[in-house]
Amino acid sequence: MSKKLSLLLVLAGLTQACTSETRILTLATTTSTENSGLLAAIHPDFEASHGIPVKLVAKGTGAALRLARGGDADAVLVHAPQLEEEFVQEGWGQTRHPVMYNDFVIIGPADDPAGAAQSPDAASALLSVAQAEALFVSRGDASGTHVKEQGLWERSGVALDAQGDASGAPGSRPTGDWYHSIGQGMGKTILYATEKRGYALSDRGTYYAFALDEPPRTDLEILHQGDAALANPYHVIAVNPERHPHIQAEEAQAYIRWITSPQTQHAIGAYRVRGETLFRPGPAP
Amino acid sequence: MTTLFEALAHALRLVLTLDPDVMQYAARSLLIALAATTGAALFAVPLGVLLAEREFFGRRLAVTALNTLLGVPTVVVGLFVYAFISRSGPLGDMGLLFRVPGIILGEMLLILPIITAFTLTAVTRVDRDIRRTALSLGASQGQALRLVLLESRFGILAAVIAGFGRVIGEVGVATILGGNADAFTRTITTAIVLNVNMGRFEVALALGLVLLTLSFCVNALLHLVQGAGRRA
Repeated sequence: MSKKLSLLLVLAGLTQACTSETRILTLATTTSTENSGLLAAIHPDFEASHGIPVKLVAKGTGAALRLARGGDADAVLVHAPQLEEEFVQEGWGQTRHPVMYNDFVIIGPADDPAGAAQSPDAASALLSVAQAEALFVSRGDASGTHVKEQGLWERSGVALDAQGDASGAPGSRPTGDWYHSIGQGMGKTILYATEKRGYALSDRGTYYAFALDEPPRTDLEILHQGDAALANPYHVIAVNPERHPHIQAEEAQAYIRWITSPQTQHAIGAYRVRGETLFRPGPAP
Repeated sequence: MTTLFEALAHALRLVLTLDPDVMQYAARSLLIALAATTGAALFAVPLGVLLAEREFFGRRLAVTALNTLLGVPTVVVGLFVYAFISRSGPLGDMGLLFRVPGIILGEMLLILPIITAFTLTAVTRVDRDIRRTALSLGASQGQALRLVLLESRFGILAAVIAGFGRVIGEVGVATILGGNADAFTRTITTAIVLNVNMGRFEVALALGLVLLTLSFCVNALLHLVQGAGRRA
């Protein structure tokens, strides 16, 4: 039985390589939606009800939008409002539809050498890290999380180097040896901060997936949360078929109708990792 | 150490239970490696023989260029092909990006220089004495070439196997051109990277052991063939 099954899988792999892809939706999304396990949990319903397999390409928001600009994705599910608006205004995407939201958290070692937990808001928490010159680990990859972090640094009043860093990480960053811009995904960033006992900005979903796993993959704790500046809304945008006539426009619209439908919205709110809700449906309050 | 033991146990579990995901990644890795190696060998072996056998203007430059290409980073090959097969690239209409055929194309280009260079070495090594002897015994140029190829066949086979080994364990090209899309383009190596990124080291290590087993089987096959050759 299992031998037959594996043979079948090999054959399936072969045929998949040879057949053309007419009814497949390519969704460019962020590492947080994939690493948290949410899309793997809800997509089977879409694939079963619509008969459209979803090909998930998980990158940072910047890279996901870049893919869509090049016509290599049919829709994007991302979380950087500023970049999304540019994307739509430049005519690459159609309407932005709110899908869900959660929030960012500032994580760090439990002994909190910089005293970030005592700060009144998120920007001053980062200021305290900078003043203590405690290690801060940045995504440094033009992702939604990275863009959010840059916004917080700008408000913190810390002196910034607008040139970016030598490795070519875009945008503004603080100067100093205590700031590590690693240019990797959320998971890698949490692991790096865990190993080096540093601070980091993480989306709540990925942090929970790491901290609540058995055994836990990080022992860093949430030191700051709840600030309105830490809101993290996700939007879905279909690529504009006038710019890229080859894209699967119908499938993209079907996907947007499905993910914003009451049923799927409920499923997003009901998704839990070890009892913790990771995403709340609808637009951010 | 615990990670290592957990990984070993996990790898055994994955293989013994024929875990459907792992079987799928393994089948895809194998398919890509076989297709890319075959495709590359069709061009690279004749090219290697040509470079070894014919004296022509620019041959030395071609050999130097070939040796340089042996060290090209896989991500550079990936990006180069990406520029061609992305929707905004010249071959964009074929829709190869984030599909298995796109990965195969990239891997082919990656190992083309490897198989060519190793073939060149294999043929050059047997060339001198055998060719001279054959010609002095009255063989025609064509007969002499056939003899040289016959003598270097195990070296050429080793060149092809080296190309295969390069592809099966390759991650840069597979990530950039495949996008690591689950159920579509995820291979063992890109699954390893994903699990490392997610901090699931024991799963990543287990997948690494599965990959090693695959490579071992291919290498064992090579040794069998070489052994048979030596006896003949």
